[in-house]
Amino acid sequence: MITEQLIWMIFILPLISFLICSLIIRQLFNNRSIFAGYVAILLIGLSFLISVLAFYEVIINHKQITTAPIEWLTIGQFTLSIGLLLDPLTIVMLTVVTGVSLMVQVYSLGYMKSSGQDSNNSEDPVELGQPVLARYFSYMSLFTASMLGLILASNIIQLFIFWELVGLCSYLLIGFWFHKPSAANAAKKAFLVTRLGDFGFLLGIMYLFSHQHLFPSDSNPLDIITINTYVPLLVNTGLISLTAITLISLGIFFGAMGKSGQFPLHTWLPDAMEGPTPVSALIHAATMVAAGVFLVARFFPIFEISEFTMTTVSLIGAITAIFAATMGLVSNDIKRVLAYSTVSQLGYMMLALGSGAYGAAIFHLFTHAFFKALLFLGSGSVNHSTGTFDMRFMGGLRKVMPITYVTFLIGGLSLAGIPPFSGFWSKDEILLNVFNHSANLNSDGQIWLSLISSITFALALVAVFMTAFYMFRALFMTFEGKFNGGSDQDPNAHAHGPVHLAESPKVMTIPMIILASVSILIGFFINPPFKIFGIDKHWLVETLQHGIVSLHTDFNITLAVISSIIAISGIALAALMYLKIPLINTQTTLISPNFVSKIFKPINTLFSRKYYFDELYEDLIVSSIFYKKIAKFLSWFDQNVVDFLINSIGWSTRNIGAPIKQMHNGQIQMYATITSLGILVITFFIVFGT
Amino acid sequence: MNSFITTDELLLIAPEISMVILATLVIILDLVIKNKSILNFVASFGLLVPIALSFNLLDGTSQFAFAGALRVDYFGVFFKIITLFATLITILISEKYSKKFDDYQGEYYALILISASGMMLLASSVEFITIYIALELSALPLAALITFIRIRSSAESGIKFMVLSALSSAILLYGMVLVYGFTGTTYIEDLSQIINRSLINSELTFGGGALLLGVILITCGFAFKISSAPFHMWAPDVYEGAPTPITAFLSVASKAAGFAVILRIVYSSFSNEQIGMDWSVLIATLSAISMTLGNLIAIQQTNIKRLFAYSTIAQAGYIMVGLAALSSLDGGQDNAGPAGILFYLFGYLLTNFAAFTVITLVSINTNSDSISSYSGLLKRSRLLTLIMTISMISLIGLPPSVGFMAKIYIFGSAMDTGLQWLAIFGVLNSVVSAFYYLKIVKIMLIDENENSEKIQLTTNMSLAGLSCVFGIVILGIFPGSIIEVAHRAVESII
Repeated sequence: MITEQLIWMIFILPLISFLICSLIIRQLFNNRSIFAGYVAILLIGLSFLISVLAFYEVIINHKQITTAPIEWLTIGQFTLSIGLLLDPLTIVMLTVVTGVSLMVQVYSLGYMKSSGQDSNNSEDPVELGQPVLARYFSYMSLFTASMLGLILASNIIQLFIFWELVGLCSYLLIGFWFHKPSAANAAKKAFLVTRLGDFGFLLGIMYLFSHQHLFPSDSNPLDIITINTYVPLLVNTGLISLTAITLISLGIFFGAMGKSGQFPLHTWLPDAMEGPTPVSALIHAATMVAAGVFLVARFFPIFEISEFTMTTVSLIGAITAIFAATMGLVSNDIKRVLAYSTVSQLGYMMLALGSGAYGAAIFHLFTHAFFKALLFLGSGSVNHSTGTFDMRFMGGLRKVMPITYVTFLIGGLSLAGIPPFSGFWSKDEILLNVFNHSANLNSDGQIWLSLISSITFALALVAVFMTAFYMFRALFMTFEGKFNGGSDQDPNAHAHGPVHLAESPKVMTIPMIILASVSILIGFFINPPFKIFGIDKHWLVETLQHGIVSLHTDFNITLAVISSIIAISGIALAALMYLKIPLINTQTTLISPNFVSKIFKPINTLFSRKYYFDELYEDLIVSSIFYKKIAKFLSWFDQNVVDFLINSIGWSTRNIGAPIKQMHNGQIQMYATITSLGILVITFFIVFGT
Repeated sequence: MNSFITTDELLLIAPEISMVILATLVIILDLVIKNKSILNFVASFGLLVPIALSFNLLDGTSQFAFAGALRVDYFGVFFKIITLFATLITILISEKYSKKFDDYQGEYYALILISASGMMLLASSVEFITIYIALELSALPLAALITFIRIRSSAESGIKFMVLSALSSAILLYGMVLVYGFTGTTYIEDLSQIINRSLINSELTFGGGALLLGVILITCGFAFKISSAPFHMWAPDVYEGAPTPITAFLSVASKAAGFAVILRIVYSSFSNEQIGMDWSVLIATLSAISMTLGNLIAIQQTNIKRLFAYSTIAQAGYIMVGLAALSSLDGGQDNAGPAGILFYLFGYLLTNFAAFTVITLVSINTNSDSISSYSGLLKRSRLLTLIMTISMISLIGLPPSVGFMAKIYIFGSAMDTGLQWLAIFGVLNSVVSAFYYLKIVKIMLIDENENSEKIQLTTNMSLAGLSCVFGIVILGIFPGSIIEVAHRAVESII
């Protein structure tokens, strides 16, 4: 049913959309650029349908489809080929990317279009008198195509190319309002920080490739399946040392850290919220940032070999989860709260991977993509009516925007991990696996590793509390209480025209409703704790782990209750601090947020200044060390040593030519003489030379 | 071998025959028709016939014709197609230029076609007399074409070309006579057997030196065609004086034909390892001299056509790297070197013609060939600037262009055959060449020009330029198909 051609179409359709939007619509019909949106939605919709078909084919039949590699380049013995790899992991990602992308693009039709009706605002879709929709949809299509290419890549070089391409698209879209300096700076920051990670990834690839002679000669050492099959064998037989494989996997993980905003490369993600909100929903919540998790999952057999790498991954994941959550506690910008929450949830996924819970990580990636995209779309919808992202100037929107409120609430409950919403099931799976992992290590006698694992488990539980708290803090500040003026009051708001409190148009609310309905129960039905309606127990996780990890974890009711109680107490604290309860009829909440922040002032400042990481990177590392010391020295070296060399080479190059040029004097006798002399010299050389 | 001409044999040279018929047709039309602009149309569309006939011969079989004088194989047909494409683009970009010699347009196109038919014949010739005749058939019309503008410099170029190509023909003939005298054969194939036999019988290599001298002279004769150092001296003067489209034709088609014959001779005569090594060192040395000399002098040029003459000498040097990699046989079994030559020539065809499309138009518009007349080209025509920039990128060898792939391929073959020093030399030379290629880009994009009148492109010109640019980029990303064809071509002559 599903042919190779069809699978290629999944990737090619968005690419066609990109070409149409950028080469035809933007160049010729820019005044009717809304058509770019229709084209993009149509083609990505088709791509989504094929993905769903492929989902049935691959997942139901446990099939792994690889397409015949197409030879791209052959240089000597080295062949670079491109192909597609379709296994359960790919399929899950495909449905997430095409599905969320489709929803977000539909939403964008409303969000991007209506934000352009007033040409006085700075999120102005009219740039230099030109509508921006064609540019917007061409970037979005290019991003979707690159992301799909990344997921489908059957070979590590191909994967790296698309990895860089999604980075480029992220840069373009964060800086979409490039006339705003803050957006341009955020784009630059995102690009540079993720490049730092990519460099590690590239080093990992090169180090891996330097072992290519160890692979069987009929296999392609760049092919992902080959790597995952042979590297563990080669390590077992001692041909590749454990140190080497640790370095390789750490290199790959460094790339994943950059893309997924893991500590300490997390600084770019909150700033990336400068992009249009649908972009944040698609790229910086659901898909691209999850690429790091995908990457680790893709090379899981390699990661698994090295205990050191696995421990590092879980530790970084746990630190990121709690670290980002603390910053989310105090942020007043609704999008930034969501951004910190994304970083924190990605930390959870990394923690799961590091604890060997491959299936649970991807399960959480799957559910998270939907509810986080939903939350971002909700924040966009709120912004659409209030004109600001600052929650201090919102409030009381529940009655005005009922659909946004209900969908946001569903997303919030899911994120907080309240049963039966989808986030609960996947988060519970992760917590359970981490707990078991720690117990297993303990029974194996690896006390230290077990201790580290227990610490990560504790951190994860604390993060559950914080997640529930900041999420409902955001919810209450936005939707409850009374309205605080929106962009009219907010001095920093990029004014969005006069505040017009109303529900967003259908084209925006319908994608939110769809995503909300997915968020409610899919987590239960796709991975139920017991066999139900013909769906096997732990169906998704078992399918994903099929043939990779044989880890069995049954649903644990005690842990589920504990984590739910923790989450609910987080919500309760948020309610006490931010919800004005009408019964008591008071103007203040039970616990005053100002009071709390006064008590914990140093911590509050630390959190809201983001642990001074931006200052550390920019002032200390970049400015003091790099710029003032290293760059200064290099500049001196460049001016005095390199330039001297270059100038003298240049001088001699220019002047060596001159005497030879003299021989080309236009005299035919001269030319004939040199020709004849040339023959003599050559003859002499051949006859007597050897 | 059959001494009668059969229909089958005629079919094998159908592309050449149709070229000559087309040339005649153009001359006749020139006599009867007043509107000369139709000639360009007839010549370019008529070329589709030989192109189709050539593709028809591309069936992978090798057949002898005319008593073994011609060998129509994949290799020969590949070069025929290169020549035909070069001819087609030359005619397309001549559309405006040929108005300079309005009364002689018929002759102009006919001569191009006849010269091209000579080059096509050359690509299939495997016998010395046939090679010589085909060579003269291609060179004589060229001499006339070079003098076509009827001004002093053009005439001077023509005379220089004439005299020096006579000199090279004399060298070539002398070499052929020596070979015939010592072996009694004029067939390249027999030559290789005789050389191998003499080696087995441990006689003196090459019949005591005289045969060797013959082979050296033949090779030198063709080195003139490909403008390799030290036989390159004619190129700058001739390129400068010739009509611009003819300069392009010389730099691509003529060079390709020369490489075709050299490859055939080298493959059959030096297949022995010991001799191969000697030749490898020689060719590698000449290659290094060619590229260095070409690049160093090109830096100083102020005339775009002279600059391209030196650039073409340097490019010949790069292509000869593949020849050196062929001769040094250790590890070179996969024919990467010679296949690289074919691929490089194909890429060079696209790249150089893209550049010459622009050069022709600018020279018509500004009446000048000086590099400074390219200043501010960006404001005058964005399309021309784009074509020229991509062409320069490809000539330097930067991705994603066919020039990059060709250089990777050809330098890679040198690395595989133990000629690392030559590959490094080639890469260093590419860096030097970036100076003058990028200088042109800088002048086009940054320098100001008070003349900001738009340059109008004709359909033919933009078709030629854009298809070249398209080819440069596509082959720069997906070179596989042409590389495969090149490999098949090389395998057909082993």
